[in-house]
Amino acid sequence: MTTKAPKIQDYALIGDGRSAALISNRGSIDWLCWPRFDSPSIFGAIIDPKTGGRWSICPLGEAQFSRRYLDNTNVLETTFSQESGKIALTDFMPVTSEEKKQSFLWPEHELVRQIKCTQGEMELIVDFDPRLDYGRVAPKIKDAGKLGWRIDIGKCVFMLRSDIEIPQRTEKHLSAKFKLRVGDIIAFSLTFSAEAPGVVPVLVELVGKKLNLTIEWWRQWASQSDYRGPYERQVTRSALLLKLLSYAPSGAIVAAPTTSLPERIGGHLNWDYRFAWLRDASFTVHALFGLGYKDDAKAFVDWLLHATRLTRPELRVVYNVFGERPPSERELSSSRGYAGSRPVRIGNAASEQVQLDMYGEVVEAVSHFVRGSEKLDRDVQKMLRQCAEYVCEHWREADNGIWEARDERRHYTHSRLMCWVALDRILKMQARGQLHGISVGKCESERKRIREEIETHCWNSELEAYTQASGSNVIDASALLLAYHGFEDASSQRMQKTHQRIRDRLVPRTGLVHRNEQSKDRHEGAFAVCSFWEADFLALSGNLSKAAEVFEAALGYANDVDLLAEEIDPESSDALGNFPQGFTHLGLINAALSLRESEKRADELERKL
Amino acid sequence: MNWTSWLLWGFVSTVVLTSILAGSQGIGMTRMNIPYLLGTIFTPSRDKAKFIGFFLHFANGWIFSLIYVATFQVLQKSTWWLGAGIGLVHATFVLTVALPVLPALHPRMANEQYGPTVVRQLEPPGFLGLHYGIRTPISVLAAHAIFGAILGAFYTIK
Repeated sequence: MTTKAPKIQDYALIGDGRSAALISNRGSIDWLCWPRFDSPSIFGAIIDPKTGGRWSICPLGEAQFSRRYLDNTNVLETTFSQESGKIALTDFMPVTSEEKKQSFLWPEHELVRQIKCTQGEMELIVDFDPRLDYGRVAPKIKDAGKLGWRIDIGKCVFMLRSDIEIPQRTEKHLSAKFKLRVGDIIAFSLTFSAEAPGVVPVLVELVGKKLNLTIEWWRQWASQSDYRGPYERQVTRSALLLKLLSYAPSGAIVAAPTTSLPERIGGHLNWDYRFAWLRDASFTVHALFGLGYKDDAKAFVDWLLHATRLTRPELRVVYNVFGERPPSERELSSSRGYAGSRPVRIGNAASEQVQLDMYGEVVEAVSHFVRGSEKLDRDVQKMLRQCAEYVCEHWREADNGIWEARDERRHYTHSRLMCWVALDRILKMQARGQLHGISVGKCESERKRIREEIETHCWNSELEAYTQASGSNVIDASALLLAYHGFEDASSQRMQKTHQRIRDRLVPRTGLVHRNEQSKDRHEGAFAVCSFWEADFLALSGNLSKAAEVFEAALGYANDVDLLAEEIDPESSDALGNFPQGFTHLGLINAALSLRESEKRADELERKL
Repeated sequence: MNWTSWLLWGFVSTVVLTSILAGSQGIGMTRMNIPYLLGTIFTPSRDKAKFIGFFLHFANGWIFSLIYVATFQVLQKSTWWLGAGIGLVHATFVLTVALPVLPALHPRMANEQYGPTVVRQLEPPGFLGLHYGIRTPISVLAAHAIFGAILGAFYTIK
C-alpha cells in the first residue's frame, strides 16, 4: 500500500459511548484516546504522523479499498482487493446492554479488529506502534506469553492479543507479515484496564459473539428513531454519530472526538473539541426529540442541569463530560500537527469566555423537553428563574459570540437573539403553568427591549440585512437563526433580504456557506453547519426545491461513509477542522426535520386545495 | 478474649485497611481492586462483583482480625508495633503465597501458562501482585501494617 498521508475525510469513526477511534480508509487507527474522549492519545498519528503512534493493518503492495458501516451500526468494514484476493477488515468497539454484560467478563475498554479473507489469498502487514500522551511517550511493550502483549503505565494497562504471532521489531513496536487464504479469519483485540484484575480478551470464541452483540445493540438503538422522510440514510448516520459522541455515563455529548485538526491547512486555527458546549444544547435536544430518541434527549438534559448546577446563574461555555471545567488550554510543542498545522492544543480557552447565547440555548433545550404539559421540578424551575434574572440584567453586555471570537467582545446579534429566546420560552412555560415565581412584567418588558434592539440596531438599512452585531456592517450566517428560533418569520421581507445578502457575500457555491465575512477573509473553509442552516431557512420559508438543492449540495461534501467535518475547503472540497463534527450533523438532522415538516405542510395544503 | 473490643477495633481496622487499599488505587499506586477481585469469584458482572466483593473483603478483615487478637491474647501483650509486625507477616503471606496461587483457586482467573479461556479471562496477579502495578506490594504491606497497628494499639486484653 502507498503511504500517502490520509486527508481528514479519509477517516471514519468507531466508539463505545465513552471513547472513540479514527480509522483511515487504508486501515490505520490514527487516533484513539482511552479511557475518555479527552484522555491523552495512545494512537495520535493524525496530529503527528511521525511520532504520534498508529496501529495499521493493510495489504502488502498496492490494493483497492472501499469501506462502509454495517447497516445502522457503528461497525466499520474496510475491504481491500488485489488481483490475488480480497479481505474484509472489521473494526469495532464492543458495546451491549448492561443486562447482557452481566453474563460474561467484559473489559473496561476494548477495540477489536477482525480480518476475514473472502476471496483468494492476500499477504498483509500489521504494525502496532503505540505512543502514549499525544506521542510524547514511547512505551515498552512487554511479552506476557499466552496472555499476549502488555503495556504498563502505572495507573493502567493496555493488553493486546492476536490469533497470530507478532514478532517484536523493537521493544516499543510490533510488526508482522502474514498471509490469509479464503475462509481464514483472524482477530486482534486491544483492551484498556484502569483497575485490576483486567480482563484478558479471548479471541476465537468471543470475537464473533461480541460482534453480533455490538451489531444488535447499534441496530436496536437506531431502530428507536421514528424518522421517515427525506435523506433517511444520512439522517440515521448523523444520529449514530451523535450517539458515538455521547459519553454514556453522564449523557454529555462532545463536539468532536479530535483536537487540532486545522480549520486552515498549515494555519494556527487548531482547537480541542473533545468537550461539551452548551451552545449545541437546543440543537441537540431538538434533533434527538425530532428523531424520537427521547431517552437520549432526557439524558442530555439531565447532564445539562447537572453540569450547570455549580456555576448558576452564570454558565460556562464549555464543560467536560462530567460537568467540570475543561483543562486550561496549552500547546503541545512536540507535536507536528496535521499536515504541519501547528500548534496542537489540548484543553480549550473558550471555557474562559463570555457567551450570552448559552442562556437561550439551555432554556430552549429545557423548553423542548417539556413542550407538552410535563411538570418542571423545583430545581429546574429555580434554574429557569435564575436564567431569567441573569438575562434581564446582562443582555446588554458585549460577549465573544457564537463563533468564540478571541479579539474584542461585541454586541452580537445572535447573542441578543438567544437572550430573547431565553425570555420568550420562559414566559411561554410560565403561561402554560409549568413555571412559577418569575417576574412576568420584567421579563416581558426586557423581551420587548431586546426585540427593539435587534430590529433597530442589528438591522443595517444600507445593506438591507441583519448583520453580525449591533451597528455592524458584517454579514454573518448566524442571522439565519432568527427564523429558526421563531424571532422573525422566514418569509418576511427582512429575512429574505438577509438571506440574499448572505448568498451574495458568503456562498462561494451552492451547498457551501462561510460563517461570516471575517472567516472568509481569513481564507478559512466554509462552515458546514451554515449550509444546513440555509437549507433549514429555505424550508421554513416554503422554498422546498431550493432547500432540497442546498441540502443535497451540502451532503455532497460528506465523505464516503456520510461523515462531515466542521468546515469544507471551497477550492479542494476537502474536509477541514475537527472531524467528525457533531454540530454539523445536528444541523443536518434539524434541516432534514424542517424539510420533512415543510413537505408535510405542502402536501396537506395541496390536498385541501 | 475481649469480644466487644475485637468487634469494635476489628471493624475500625478493616475500615482503615479498605480505605487505604481503595485510596492507593485512586492515587495510582496500584490497579488492584480487592472487592472486584473477590467478587468475580461469584459473578462476571463488574458492578455486582464489586458489591459482593466489598462485603466479602469486609467480612475477611473482621475474621482475620480474630487471628491478630488471638495472638495478642496468647502473648498477653497488645501494642501497635506488635500488631504492625503481624500485619507485615500477613501481607508478606498474601503477596508471596496467596496471590500467586490465586489463578488455581479463582474460577475466572486466566493462567499465564495456558492463556485465557471463555470463562477464565481475568489477568493473574503474578509474583507479589506486580502485574497489578509495580507499587502494589508497598500498598499491601502498608495497609496491613496499619491494620495490625490499630488492632495492637486499641485492642484491650482480658
